[in-house]
Amino acid sequence: MQNRINQLFQDKKENILSVYFTAGYPKLDDTVTIIENLVENGVDLIEIGMPFSDPVADGPVIQHSSLVALHNGMTIKKLFEQLKDIRDKVNIPLILMGYLNPVVQFGVENFCQKCAEVGIDGLILPDLPLNEYQEEYQPLFEKYNLHNILLITPQTSEMRLRQIDEASSGFIYMVSSSSTTGVKNNVSDFHQDYFERIRQMELKNPRLIGFGISNRETFENACKYAQGAIIGSAFVKALDGELTLEEKISNFVKSIVRTA
Amino acid sequence: MSYQVNRKGYYGEFGGAFIPEMMHPNIEELQEKYMEIINSYNFRQDFVNLLKHYVGRPSPLYYAKRMSERYQSHIFLKREDLNHTGSHKINNTIGQILLAKALGKKRIIAETGAGQHGVATATVCALMGMECIVYMGALDVQRQAPNVKKMRMLGAQVISAESGNKTLKDATNEAMRDWINNPVDTHYIIGSVVGPHPYPDMVARFQSVISEEIRWQLDEQLGRELPTRVIACVGGGSNAAGSFYHFLDEESVELVGVEAAGKGVNSGESAATLFLGKPGVLHSSRSIVMQTDDGQIIEPYSISAGLDYPGIGPMHAHLFATHRAKYLWATDTEVLDAALELTQLEGIIPALESAHALAVLKKIDLKPDDVNVVNLSGRGDKDMETYLTYFGY
Ligand SMILES: Cc1ncc(COP(=O)(O)O)c(C=O)c1O
Repeated sequence: MQNRINQLFQDKKENILSVYFTAGYPKLDDTVTIIENLVENGVDLIEIGMPFSDPVADGPVIQHSSLVALHNGMTIKKLFEQLKDIRDKVNIPLILMGYLNPVVQFGVENFCQKCAEVGIDGLILPDLPLNEYQEEYQPLFEKYNLHNILLITPQTSEMRLRQIDEASSGFIYMVSSSSTTGVKNNVSDFHQDYFERIRQMELKNPRLIGFGISNRETFENACKYAQGAIIGSAFVKALDGELTLEEKISNFVKSIVRTA
Repeated sequence: MSYQVNRKGYYGEFGGAFIPEMMHPNIEELQEKYMEIINSYNFRQDFVNLLKHYVGRPSPLYYAKRMSERYQSHIFLKREDLNHTGSHKINNTIGQILLAKALGKKRIIAETGAGQHGVATATVCALMGMECIVYMGALDVQRQAPNVKKMRMLGAQVISAESGNKTLKDATNEAMRDWINNPVDTHYIIGSVVGPHPYPDMVARFQSVISEEIRWQLDEQLGRELPTRVIACVGGGSNAAGSFYHFLDEESVELVGVEAAGKGVNSGESAATLFLGKPGVLHSSRSIVMQTDDGQIIEPYSISAGLDYPGIGPMHAHLFATHRAKYLWATDTEVLDAALELTQLEGIIPALESAHALAVLKKIDLKPDDVNVVNLSGRGDKDMETYLTYFGY
């Protein structure tokens, strides 16, 4: 079967909206409800965060959601139970995102196998760098048809960009500026020249821009330079408050994308 | 058997550089340049000069006569407590500030537990006229208040880390986040032999002056370079790495690291990583880490802020796995008693961290002819509150 990530980028060339949330937040058992509602509201790709106690690449919002999720009892094992029947319900690509240590403790092969069983299409492990991935993990990821999504930043050298492009098979995660997640960007803060430079490199992989995308303005701006963009902290924050999950998710997605 | 780091940054199966891509340019630059810089003539000149004239090295190797009588065995103290700023931490910060200058960096960040590394960093930043930001867990800001004030007087900005247990691990997380957010002009002066390659090796080299001196000082005093054993406390493991360094290949020398057991190894309030941990990845290197079955990091506890850390440098994980070094532990109360003993037998008030190394003298089968070197990593000024409260003076 073709990987759903590749299918998505074949079918849709622009304005792809990817949304991140932390599994187990706000409530332990919200995972499936959140996924279903994101899909209903037209989101193209979902990144499911596996909470970690020490998320060094994350800002305060995702630090907080991770802490609450762990308090609620979230574990990788629990997540796979929750996702057991997810492919009966939704068909868009699903990615797991998290830090290396919990995955290593779960057992990397066991983890990949479970991903394949429940229908996960890719992984983002920010603290698994390219060389370690290639030396230890690549064969396993490939065996289970999992794309490893690698990050690039404005400081990534051209040579390394080419290496990352070569080693990538799903898409490239373009970090808007070197930062932890959730740092507030204004549209004018974006490194337009960096976006443009990358666009002109004609990489073989499609790109999504993430970090600091928080509203319609930043989303649309990012979409000018890549096939789409990723929203994390802004969505996690939107899950706070009084309304029902369904309402909060629908309001949020509507605030980002113009309905056709 | 090699106990040195290999070309890929590993000590056996431990080490590496598990960094997010945002840190890659800085880490790659360090990996490519650190050996060349620290071996250069200019660097060696500056480093040796500053250690001698600014830090006050060599630090004495002191034969502790009354302690030796008490324990019926020869006990030498390596007096890192007499260094400028009061601990071994300054050896590393002098090295790293010179490195940061060579790399053209303008802004320095650091994490600190006991505040000794923070003070040592703030000190060298004042010396070199560099901007300095120190992250410190909110709990440690409270329990090591004198050091916070010193850092501020030295011109550093102290930022209190409010996440987790609000101790060293959390301060380290915040420092790493700062570096991710400031990728161009900033150097991160890590305070121990932890973090991604090349930090463990680099910091060990800067601290190795401790064992280099022990060798010639023993020779001078006893006509032999090799002791029977070397004992040092282990938080991240830098003073121990420095004390062991030039003895690693001398298999006759017993190397003893001492971890903090808090209220007891199995009390649930402990920081004895090697006894409680499993292999894992924390702060960008693979080592032994205190963690749950699900791979979440466990919050440690120790009376001593400098040892209150759930990880340990990869070099020590390797020395432990290969049995080259032996690791013991000491509880809070054993440590307090050891501190008082040294104070009243020798007139030296040790740091709580260093008192861990003293506390295991009771647990080792010392022979009358043994030559024991205990690394006294720091002085007790910062811990006076704790001592006074406990002993009721
Ligand atoms: C006096 C003293 N000794 C030891 C340590 C522990 O660090 P390390 O294990 O890196 O030597 C500290 C840390 O703050 C310290 O202040």
